[in-house]
Amino acid sequence: MERDEESSGPMMEMCTNGGGEETSNRRPIISGEPLDIEAYASLYKGRTKIMRLLFIASHCGGNQTMQLEALRMAYDEIKKGENTQLFRDVVNRINGRLGDKYKMDSAWCESVDRRAEQKKGRLENELSSYRVMKYVVLFMCCLVCLHRSFLVNHYLDNETNLIKESIRMGHNDFGDFYYACGLLSDAFKNYVRTRDYCTTAKHIIHMCMNAILVSIEMGQFTHVSSYVNKAEQNPETLDPIVAAKLRCASGLAHLELKKYKLAARKFLDVSPELGNSYNEVIAPQDAKVIDNINFRDFLELVPEVRELINDFYSSRYASCLEYLGSLRANLLLDIHLHDHVDTLYDQIRKKALIQYTLPFVSVDLSRMADAFKTSVSGLEKELEALITDNQIQARIDSHNKILYARHADQRNATFQKVLQMGNEFDRDVRSMMLRANLLKHEYHARAGRNH
Amino acid sequence: MNSAESLIKSIQGLSASPGDLSALHGILKKAEDSLRNNWDVQLATLEELDPSIHSLGYLYLLEGLTRGSVSKGKTSGVVLLMARFINRCDAGQIRLASEKFVTLCKRFKDRVLELEDPLRGVAPLVSAVRKVQVAAKCLTALHPDCLQLCLEAKCYKAGFSILSDDILEVDQPRDFYLYCYYGGMICIGLKRFQKASELLYNVVTAPMYQLNAIALEAYKKYILVNLIHSGQVILCLYFTKPYYEVGNRYNDGKNYELEAVVVAHSSDFEKDNNLGLVKQAVASLYKRNILRLTQKYLTLSLQDIANMVQLANAKEAETHVLQMIQDGQIHALINQKDGMVRFLEDPEQYKTSEMIEVMDSVIQRTIGLSKNLIAMDESLSCDPLYLGKVGRERQKFDFGDDFDTVPQKFSM
Repeated sequence: MERDEESSGPMMEMCTNGGGEETSNRRPIISGEPLDIEAYASLYKGRTKIMRLLFIASHCGGNQTMQLEALRMAYDEIKKGENTQLFRDVVNRINGRLGDKYKMDSAWCESVDRRAEQKKGRLENELSSYRVMKYVVLFMCCLVCLHRSFLVNHYLDNETNLIKESIRMGHNDFGDFYYACGLLSDAFKNYVRTRDYCTTAKHIIHMCMNAILVSIEMGQFTHVSSYVNKAEQNPETLDPIVAAKLRCASGLAHLELKKYKLAARKFLDVSPELGNSYNEVIAPQDAKVIDNINFRDFLELVPEVRELINDFYSSRYASCLEYLGSLRANLLLDIHLHDHVDTLYDQIRKKALIQYTLPFVSVDLSRMADAFKTSVSGLEKELEALITDNQIQARIDSHNKILYARHADQRNATFQKVLQMGNEFDRDVRSMMLRANLLKHEYHARAGRNH
Repeated sequence: MNSAESLIKSIQGLSASPGDLSALHGILKKAEDSLRNNWDVQLATLEELDPSIHSLGYLYLLEGLTRGSVSKGKTSGVVLLMARFINRCDAGQIRLASEKFVTLCKRFKDRVLELEDPLRGVAPLVSAVRKVQVAAKCLTALHPDCLQLCLEAKCYKAGFSILSDDILEVDQPRDFYLYCYYGGMICIGLKRFQKASELLYNVVTAPMYQLNAIALEAYKKYILVNLIHSGQVILCLYFTKPYYEVGNRYNDGKNYELEAVVVAHSSDFEKDNNLGLVKQAVASLYKRNILRLTQKYLTLSLQDIANMVQLANAKEAETHVLQMIQDGQIHALINQKDGMVRFLEDPEQYKTSEMIEVMDSVIQRTIGLSKNLIAMDESLSCDPLYLGKVGRERQKFDFGDDFDTVPQKFSM
């Protein structure tokens, strides 16, 4: 049975795998050129790498070489691990296109499966034995309490703790095992079970981290948020890396739940060493954000994105949007951002439009269209949508193609409201009195019947 | 016929003062049964009485006269008689026997409807309502009948004059429901959708213990009227499903979809006699869409308006916009040379004396209503039934000696 220190080894590795971010200073390649898969993949390790590669493969959109490249790398990765399910999946996808070397290696599959069975059996045995021991110990505790022997009690407490510890470890191992095999829900269940046996805060944190990892993989981000909260509430000071990972995880969770603003805030707090594929979400944020010093260091790592953001805030919207366009292709391949790319782009664009119109009393639509690289009619439609949503206070002069800012007249509005309120009061009071009358009548009628 | 002659004499004699009238009333009640079966006598005796002076007596006699079924030929004559009486009778005397009068008028209405000439009955009934009403704010049993006749006769203005009174006291719920329902329909006929909406709202929200067919019909109309008037869609109950769909499509703002739904459910609407209203709702969608455009644009070409609102061409757009300007729903200028419409802000500056008068009247009205409300509250707290009920409930809470225990029952 492994003790704490040893077991933390594989646990930490899992952490890095799950978080998936390089802690070194390697610069990630996010640029306009087609993604260099090898470089991209080298950033990630373990399971995430496999998942990301598979994602790229399925979303390549017909780019054969890229797809094959991704699948090949996925295959290599999987062989290093023990996940036969994924392996079969990848082999199907490759479909014999990469040559003989990558055919279905059934012997390997079988051996892996057998090993897995054995390990499972072993772990189960261990766990059940711990449980039995636990009951024995509890029974003895009860006896001791009856006899009120304190020393013995103390000793038994220790024993109980040890037993608890063993059980916890057992569950943990189980969880790890399932994770390696790819059976995520079982892994999750086991991690959660360890909660009952956690005695120190560190254990709790470990448990939370594992739970978070598995949840992220499974895509259940509500769990992620709850576990993150749990971990944060822990009074012990957190190791900075762990803290950063926690924030990362919660950021991811929020992203999935479409709370972009919250996500961006969380990401900001993350120390600059961590992965920066998330910085695109900053764009919809406030201007003040950019002054954050941490963020600036962060940006050194990614010159293109920095360019982009600078452009945005100096109102060079055209070039900004160009960059966005070029990044788009690559962002689509990112497993987490995929679903949100469109929405984010939309929001960035809208924010740009709103910002553009803010300082003006009147804006010539054709010049604005040039700045945003669209046609005048398209621009008109976009502006119309924004006005309807009440995000721009203006009106369009369609004849001369000018946008006029419009400020509501407070005084008139007040008068209108007053009159309206008076009418409503009138109507409501009358209705109320009528109803009261009817009720009174009903009551009288009933009383009349009763007497 | 001695009793008849003596009756006539007493009528003629005692119709002068209020004291005499009550005596007369007593006599008439006693004599009622004996007179019941004597048709010809009654007709003759009626000739001798003058409706405006001897109203009470006349009423009793006339009522006895018309009680039985009347053959077709005589109906017209009877109707004439009744109309004349109603027009001329004295309000004070009538109020002493208001139920009789109401019954009489109802019969009158039925006869008129039988004759299929509702217009004849409108004026008499309107005056009848005025006479029976004790105060301007009371609802009488005649109100719905009068309104019904007006509807049949399509004489909306007369009906509307009755509706302009604020009704605050109601005796019979059913009268009230009918009143509101018919009133709503009259207002729809006059295109006063605001008032129609209010009246229908009153029916729909009236407290009732079982679902009332009147309320249901009113509810359907209410949904449609609201769409026309303010474009709001009201939450709909299940059994008004076609209306619900209409409401939804209206909200989407697309005309052709709305029309498709209307066509699909047109049989339902016809059954409820609401097809005309539905068509009006469809027409109002265009207006609603144009209204939305004014929020966004300062100037817009007619062709663009036609495109955005899904009208056929610019000419139709122009007619719609013109109509709306005349109705006062939007403020705009049409430049025919360019084919552009320029939308203006509401020019009302709230600085003129007319506006001040309007505000003043609204304030006065509000004050009046508040007074009414307070008076109602006071009267209710003195109502023995109410106190009895409250007293019963109070005992449950057992406040101890703080409150005197209220007796369980007030002997009435």
